[in-house]
Amino acid sequence: MIGVIDYEAGNAPSVVSALTHLGHASRLVASPAELGSVDRVILPGVGSAAATLESLESSGLRGAIEARVRGEQIPFLGICVGLQILFEHSEEGDVPCLGWLEGRVRRFEGPGLRVPQIGWNVAEQTREHPLLAGLPHGGHYYFVNSYYVVPVRPEVVLCTTEYGVRFASVVADGNVYAAQFHIEKSGPLGLRVLDNFARL
Amino acid sequence: MLTKRIIACLDVVKGTVTKATQFQDNIAVAPAVDVIRELYRQGIDEVIFFDILASAEKRKIDIETVREVARHVFVPFTVGGGLKTLEDLRETLKAGAEKISIDSMAVRNPDLIRQGAEAFGRQCMVVSMQVKRVAKSPEIPTGFEVMIDGARVATGMDAIAWARRAESLGAGELCINSIDRDGTHSGYDIELLQQICGAVNVPVIASGGAGTVDHVLEAFRDTECSAAIVSSMLYSPRLPRNFSVSEIKAPLEAAGVPVRPNPEPFQPPA
Repeated sequence: MIGVIDYEAGNAPSVVSALTHLGHASRLVASPAELGSVDRVILPGVGSAAATLESLESSGLRGAIEARVRGEQIPFLGICVGLQILFEHSEEGDVPCLGWLEGRVRRFEGPGLRVPQIGWNVAEQTREHPLLAGLPHGGHYYFVNSYYVVPVRPEVVLCTTEYGVRFASVVADGNVYAAQFHIEKSGPLGLRVLDNFARL
Repeated sequence: MLTKRIIACLDVVKGTVTKATQFQDNIAVAPAVDVIRELYRQGIDEVIFFDILASAEKRKIDIETVREVARHVFVPFTVGGGLKTLEDLRETLKAGAEKISIDSMAVRNPDLIRQGAEAFGRQCMVVSMQVKRVAKSPEIPTGFEVMIDGARVATGMDAIAWARRAESLGAGELCINSIDRDGTHSGYDIELLQQICGAVNVPVIASGGAGTVDHVLEAFRDTECSAAIVSSMLYSPRLPRNFSVSEIKAPLEAAGVPVRPNPEPFQPPA
């Protein structure tokens, strides 16, 4: 059973739709008690890092997720803002984040660069990984982001993407996986990433 | 490289896709869910779904159709029509829409843009504008006026100034529909798009007038727009021929426009 964290601004129902389509059992998780029966966690994300963190704090989910994912080591998948808040600090609202991964979250900037980045962009795979099994190198995925992560340790990076700057678009560290693009809205390739996660 | 998006925009009335010319004479095409599933199979990059009568009939959007689309379509989709409050926006997003499009309501209550951006992030907030060419005047120095309520009511607002304001209030994208070109299949209003793209930093979606692939190419070659809406080309019974998504993307790619290839459908192993 996959738990999909459901918070104020999140698009958890879209992730559940995609999992159902793939034949994987899932449930929405809005409170710490609901996290007890799941064996995997997905943290979808839309909206700002600060709002997401605040929502996780006020519901008590932050501690519960950390206990299951950091303590018991169940597989975790972060999506979009669910990737960004794994790092130490975000420029968006100048907030400290979860700090599971070393690094920071920066805003896109550059002459002529439209922000947010919205649309289908290429994820170049930097190394093989079971999360990306069966996927073409350089596939297109759907991105919506004004901020990007800058990991300290290059070995956590699985894919990079170019938008004014080359940034880490998929990361993995032990049982923690995360993508900047919207896995649940990236067509057949995104569905395969989600299916791979459900089978890890 | 970020690709240029091809977006299908569907006018939906009670679960059925319809097609109008310059906001009149709607004719029924097919059930919305069937049309959207077929376009997804063909590799459409994004879908926008307007419940066109929700606003006029002062009722809420057809949330069941939104849910049904979300069950079957795994590319982004935007929903608009009849959304008035933050609670309406929340309900629509929770039904599975990625983004909300507001149009007349954004003009009547610009603060809704700000509230939506604060609550859900600016990437959720698409401000759509119905734009008509008018005589230049002190109120409308560019000669492009914003219209509302199904393009029937003039606002006296300059479209370029409104685009800037919508961006500053928190719009994450602007969808620019030319009323003069809407449903005419005579090409996008390139000058309008150039002015809007030059005025804002958020992505701009071109809408209104596409009848051939050359029109789409023109929008991407001659303006900085990030996406183009092709509705009639895909399914209008009024055009001599319709195009599949790949029949639109292939010539664009050949002309050097970056587009997303359509991947094989994914069937999970048993």
